[in-house]
Amino acid sequence: MSEAQALLEAERITKRFAGISALEEVTVEVHRGELVGLIGPNGAGKTTLFDCLSGKLRPDEGDVRFDGRSLVGLPVHRRARLGLARTFQRIELFSGMNVRDQLLVAERARHGGGSFLRDAVGLSRPTADEIERCDRMLDLLGLTPDADRPIESLSLGRGRLVELGRALMTEPKLLFLDEPSSGLDRRETHDMGTVLQAVQERSHTAILLVEHDVPMVQRLATRLYVLDAGHLIASGPTREVLDDPAVRAAYLGVGV
Amino acid sequence: MIEILELAVRGVPTGCVFALLAVGLVLTYKTSGVFNLAFGAQAYVSAVVFYEVRKEHEWPLLPAALLAIVVIGPLLGLLLDRVLFRHLRTSGSVAKLVTSLGLLVAIPELVRLAFGSESKKNPPPLWYVERTDQWLWPEGSRFVLDAGQVTTILATLVVVAGLGVLFRSTALGLRMRAVVESPRMVELNGINAERVSMVSWMLSSFLAGLSGVLLAPLFASLSPFDFFTLLVAALAATAFGRLSSIPLTLLGGILLGVLQAILAGKLPTDSILANGLRPALPFVVLFALLLFWPGLRSARDAADPLAGVDPPPPPAAASIRTRFLTVGTRAFAVTVSAIGLLLGWFVLDSFWLGLVTSGVILGVIMLSITVITGMGGMISLCQATFAAIGAFTTARVVDSLGMSVIVAIFVGAVVAAAVGGLLALPVLRLEGVYLALATLAFALMFQSVMVPLDWVSGGTTPLRVPRPVIGPVDLAENRAFFVLAAALLALAGALVYVVKRGTTGRFLDALRGSEYAAASVGISATRAKVIAFSLSAGIAGLGGGLLACFYGAANYDQSFNFFYGLVWVVLVVTAGARSVQAAVISGLGFFLIPEFLQRLFEIPGRYVADHPDLPAAVEAVLRTIKPEYSLGVAFILFGFGALTYAKHPEGIIEVQTRAALRKVMGALDRTDRSQPTPATDDARPPDEDPAAPATDDDARRPAPVRTGGAGVP
Amino acid sequence: MTTAPILELVDVSAGYGAFRALFGVSFAVPAGTAVAIVGPNGAGKTTVARVCSGLVQPTSGRVLVDGDDVTGAATHQVARRGVAHAPEGRSVFATLSVEENLTLSFRQAFGRTGTGDGLARAYELFPRLGERRRQLAGSLSGGEQRMLTLARVLVLEPRLLVADELSLGLAPIVTEDVYRTLGRVRAAGTALLIVEQHLDHALAIADEVVVLDRGEVGFVGPAHELGDRAASFLSAHEETV
Ligand SMILES: Nc1ncnc2c1ncn2[C@@H]1O[C@H](COP(=O)(O)OP(=O)(O)OP(=O)(O)O)[C@@H](O)[C@H]1O
Ligand SMILES: Nc1ncnc2c1ncn2[C@@H]1O[C@H](COP(=O)(O)OP(=O)(O)OP(=O)(O)O)[C@@H](O)[C@H]1O
Ligand SMILES: [Mg+2]
Ligand SMILES: [Mg+2]
Repeated sequence: MSEAQALLEAERITKRFAGISALEEVTVEVHRGELVGLIGPNGAGKTTLFDCLSGKLRPDEGDVRFDGRSLVGLPVHRRARLGLARTFQRIELFSGMNVRDQLLVAERARHGGGSFLRDAVGLSRPTADEIERCDRMLDLLGLTPDADRPIESLSLGRGRLVELGRALMTEPKLLFLDEPSSGLDRRETHDMGTVLQAVQERSHTAILLVEHDVPMVQRLATRLYVLDAGHLIASGPTREVLDDPAVRAAYLGVGV
Repeated sequence: MIEILELAVRGVPTGCVFALLAVGLVLTYKTSGVFNLAFGAQAYVSAVVFYEVRKEHEWPLLPAALLAIVVIGPLLGLLLDRVLFRHLRTSGSVAKLVTSLGLLVAIPELVRLAFGSESKKNPPPLWYVERTDQWLWPEGSRFVLDAGQVTTILATLVVVAGLGVLFRSTALGLRMRAVVESPRMVELNGINAERVSMVSWMLSSFLAGLSGVLLAPLFASLSPFDFFTLLVAALAATAFGRLSSIPLTLLGGILLGVLQAILAGKLPTDSILANGLRPALPFVVLFALLLFWPGLRSARDAADPLAGVDPPPPPAAASIRTRFLTVGTRAFAVTVSAIGLLLGWFVLDSFWLGLVTSGVILGVIMLSITVITGMGGMISLCQATFAAIGAFTTARVVDSLGMSVIVAIFVGAVVAAAVGGLLALPVLRLEGVYLALATLAFALMFQSVMVPLDWVSGGTTPLRVPRPVIGPVDLAENRAFFVLAAALLALAGALVYVVKRGTTGRFLDALRGSEYAAASVGISATRAKVIAFSLSAGIAGLGGGLLACFYGAANYDQSFNFFYGLVWVVLVVTAGARSVQAAVISGLGFFLIPEFLQRLFEIPGRYVADHPDLPAAVEAVLRTIKPEYSLGVAFILFGFGALTYAKHPEGIIEVQTRAALRKVMGALDRTDRSQPTPATDDARPPDEDPAAPATDDDARRPAPVRTGGAGVP
Repeated sequence: MTTAPILELVDVSAGYGAFRALFGVSFAVPAGTAVAIVGPNGAGKTTVARVCSGLVQPTSGRVLVDGDDVTGAATHQVARRGVAHAPEGRSVFATLSVEENLTLSFRQAFGRTGTGDGLARAYELFPRLGERRRQLAGSLSGGEQRMLTLARVLVLEPRLLVADELSLGLAPIVTEDVYRTLGRVRAAGTALLIVEQHLDHALAIADEVVVLDRGEVGFVGPAHELGDRAASFLSAHEETV
């Protein structure tokens, strides 16, 4: 492309599981500050693509470049420190901790590993500044009343919000969201969309969004990629892609 | 070539012995999620019962076998399920492993109490032949099998075939596997999960009984320890079967036996290799399999999808108390420690002082378990080994470099930490049970390969470690040493405390919660876990060096046998793996409780001696309580302590602290509100507001509409 | 109707440990009807579903199935009375294969002979599952796992089907399918209790709606009445559609 270099360039990613081809030469690009949607039927390979990009899975083939450097071979936590954050389709929270601590950990991790020596002399309690930042994030997501509750006691929908907050605490350059609205009702979904837009504008965070909630995708994403059975079957501006008959047939059905 | 073949065939019967035990273990794991290290102990129970009825009461073979295998075996399983494992059904595999360790410690002592401790020589065989070498088959060939071997092979094959049918073509096998993952989801399907897991336990316990009776004649006399050792040797076969495939487990067992036979025949008899490797072979194989066998490296427990039905664990005592109480608790802790110190210095005689000092030093080692298990969430069964490494290093450094003993102890700690870090690197990726097994394999390899070596342990004569003199203080004096030990314990305790509350502790908490989520925010699991392992090993090494110094020698068998490592884990986890004071208390308890019990058990005997006119019945009862039971009873207490883990995974000490805190806070509350405040009739106390959505949401959401009043349409 | 409703909650309160999530919830599901439970996050919808199937025991109040009190009964006993609960999220046995997951359920419900038939119907409903019958359920994609959960209860055609977050994670085209099947199942006599975030779907199939808010029933009534009387409630949901 002629413009500035893309933030994320994933080229010809291929991943197979014992005979099932989950991704076949999938190429995607995300530019700085952009909100891109990734949709496709169940089992199309969306989560697998996230896993390959974030480092959980090692793709069989393909190259991932982020912010000008290759990510090949980097483990998950190194990629996270470079500015890749994500949420999970099956919600992954730190059990045994309360809500605020989930964010505090992320905040601390953002600053790097934390030195064992500092620990050993007792210098690593959370600072007022860190707590303040966490509280602001909790407030943004409407989680303040739950701040001190153990994470296991949250309902599914509120757990999703905590997960989003945790990902945002790392101040990512690029955020992968895997069905963030599942478990939220329409209005909560709408609120989440508003938060995402705010984050995107304020911190210029790029977002790659996997969603089955088409209205949400429609509202937020400027561009779409469509995966089906591991193949990229369409990409382009949101409206155009959603009107594409192939996409309608594979994904939307007649109703929408 | 022929020779190798012959050796190989010779290994098959032994292989079947391994296989039988391993298959039993895998079955238990598959159907209950418990990696049941107490399987050997269960086998031992049936073996003893068989011995008793057959030899002491001279029952005929068949009823004796039926009683021991078909009645006692399943009965024991039923009992274990009822009182124990049913409460653990939804806990993680680590909790279950610790409970089985508790049983491993307690059951043999219970048997000893029930059937007497005199040795049971020449266990009777489970076949109709007087002399075991009578039935040679095929006759005249070079491969001879005796009746025992034939029975073992047959039994193994029958068991494997039976289990194959169970899992392949019955609904029960499927249900058993499903219950392990989520009993509640099984229930949603209309299946009684309790019943299924009860049957699982009875079946696996039956297998334990069968193996026990079958294998008993392998030993000259019955001892629970032999069963355990054999079981541990069979672990490699379970790893080969990836803890799930019964046919692969069988194959693994046989291969192990064959390999052992070939090595035995082929290695020169007096080389280091032969002496070290042969006994260590099963452990080396186990360790290697755990590291390299595909499918094991990344094996994870599947979490119960319905875990959300359970209420979250209660908050830690430390987080519910007020600032005032925090200060109060700390002041209390300081006071108690000070009183302890003063008692030690001024009151205790040298015998008790010695015990208490041992306890204090063990407290240091226990802290290492707090780090690895409490903070890291990993079960390590090789803490005694790290302690031994610290002790041996201390001894060697003093001996050959002539360093000051105090410095040497710290060198020992550093070396242990280094070994811990090195061990962490390969085993890091293992989870739960697999990690525990790898550390156990490491402990056993160390014990069978390294410990016998002269340059490590000094061979038969333990290495001496002199007591140091620091400036004017001669630590040969016991009271001075006691103060030194207490000081080092305080140091280690403080270190653990700050690390737990620092970044490392938080990261480890996060990793325990969800390793992958932790990585996704930038936490390096490798780094955090290597730190945890090293810190833990270092602290254990420190304690080990100190203990050696206190006893004057680094004596592996007396102080650091791997079995102690297991008992210690049980103790710490029971008391509370996440708190420093629990580690200290369990260290002291390990030495003091048996002693207290001994004093207690002496009372009836003395009473009888003082009162010659007691009724005969009373006297008889009182006489059954003997002081020599104290150690056994203490171990039973320790073992059953782990059973409270089912109810209170946070540990007894934590539960007590919380209860005490609640009481104190209640009392404070009452005095606070001297004037009665109007009782709020709100059904929802403010801290129990169920939904409490964001405040700005509230404003926008219209009040719910009610139609018709009554809820039912 | 004179017969007792299939399911009735009478003044049910329930919670988790010391925490109370439901406060005096009452409603009924008459035979052959569909009831939708809606409400914001943490309102207690999942808890209601769990109470219905016996996973969570009420602290007070009663649960009646077919007029019989099943309060305190074990989950499997409730299930045997024909209450099939598809829990929220991906509730599958991760270490069992797709086919084993289904077999576990169908062997109990249909016996040895009916199992094969049940499997065939499940695969017909969700062909994707048929393609993956040997795959471990834990490695299925999120939506595929959801299909597995739903396949189980849809094929059973129970007396009462309780589905929590019914269409969560399903692609629109599959959601349409599932609702078509639900319609069929209901026509065959199964009563439905559905928790669903996509209000329009839920309202389209439901006869009655229960609105939960912070553990209390805020509204019970016919679906169309919710539309009339609580236009303001709905509008919040519809502004994005
Ligand atoms: N470990 C695995 N082994 C075998 N197949 C797998 C594995 N992981 C994923 N798959 C298969 O790869 C395909 C892609 O899965 P993926 O989770 O990426 O789908 P998805 O697009 O996220 O779908 P959904 O919308 O349902 O979440 C699925 O068909 C899944 O069954
Ligand atoms: N295991 C638990 N322990 C303690 N509290 C819990 C537990 N599960 C749920 N809760 C609490 O009970 C209340 C009701 O939760 P429930 O899961 O029923 O809500 P929900 O309506 O299903 O929400 P969502 O739409 O987010 O799934 C919530 O406040 C939640 O935090
Ligand atoms: Mg997915
Ligand atoms: Mg819910």
